[in-house]
Amino acid sequence: MSRKPYVRAETIRWVFRHPRYLRYMAREFSCFFIGAYGLLMVWGLKQLSEGPAAWGSFLECLQSPASIVFHVLTLGFALYHSITWFNLTPKALPVQLGEEFVPDGAISGAHYAVWAALSLAVLFFAGAF
Amino acid sequence: MAQSNKPIVWGPFAAGGTLTAFLTPALVLLTLLAALGHAPDLLAYERLHAFAGHWLAKLALAGTVFLTLWSTAHRLRITCYDLGVRADTLVATLVYAAALAGTAASVLYLARI
Repeated sequence: MSRKPYVRAETIRWVFRHPRYLRYMAREFSCFFIGAYGLLMVWGLKQLSEGPAAWGSFLECLQSPASIVFHVLTLGFALYHSITWFNLTPKALPVQLGEEFVPDGAISGAHYAVWAALSLAVLFFAGAF
Repeated sequence: MAQSNKPIVWGPFAAGGTLTAFLTPALVLLTLLAALGHAPDLLAYERLHAFAGHWLAKLALAGTVFLTLWSTAHRLRITCYDLGVRADTLVATLVYAAALAGTAASVLYLARI
């Protein structure tokens, strides 16, 4: 065996070569915030299972300045993830009617409409307004 | 036939990406309101405890936690590779195991509610 595969040394520098790469990385970095929010949900469930006092201290922690900053950043990245995800739906779910393909805008538009309706429903159910 | 575990890791990633795209901004908005001192009614202990006490809500909450953590784990794995970390098997094992551990913990907490 004389196989010597060439392993190209790659670092983070490629990200700055083109704005498109930077936008791609911004999308991928949304996972840090969405994942941290997932862990926050796990912690919230733990506090909820331990009784009113534990849940109260969880709500108190939510009101710390660090938590507010985290929530604002997470909201921004979560919105960026949603937008990039729905903009890709025409590529992922092309719909053909007869000879014609349904226009891209109709497919992503339908997703945006469901997103808006669902978000309003969640906020309404939770009593946010 | 070539065997691949790609569909198994990619399926929950796609499902999680879709779920978080639809749901996460609204959820973050709810806890952001709580962070600003205007907690919505659902986040009051009695209401949330009663809500999470229903088996259907337990299923939805556990499913949301699992898909959120799994799609994060998958993206984190790809991002590590993009950033030059070439130990993919190690990274994949760590992130998927963490996602499963988080899910198991939330199932345990939900069982106590």
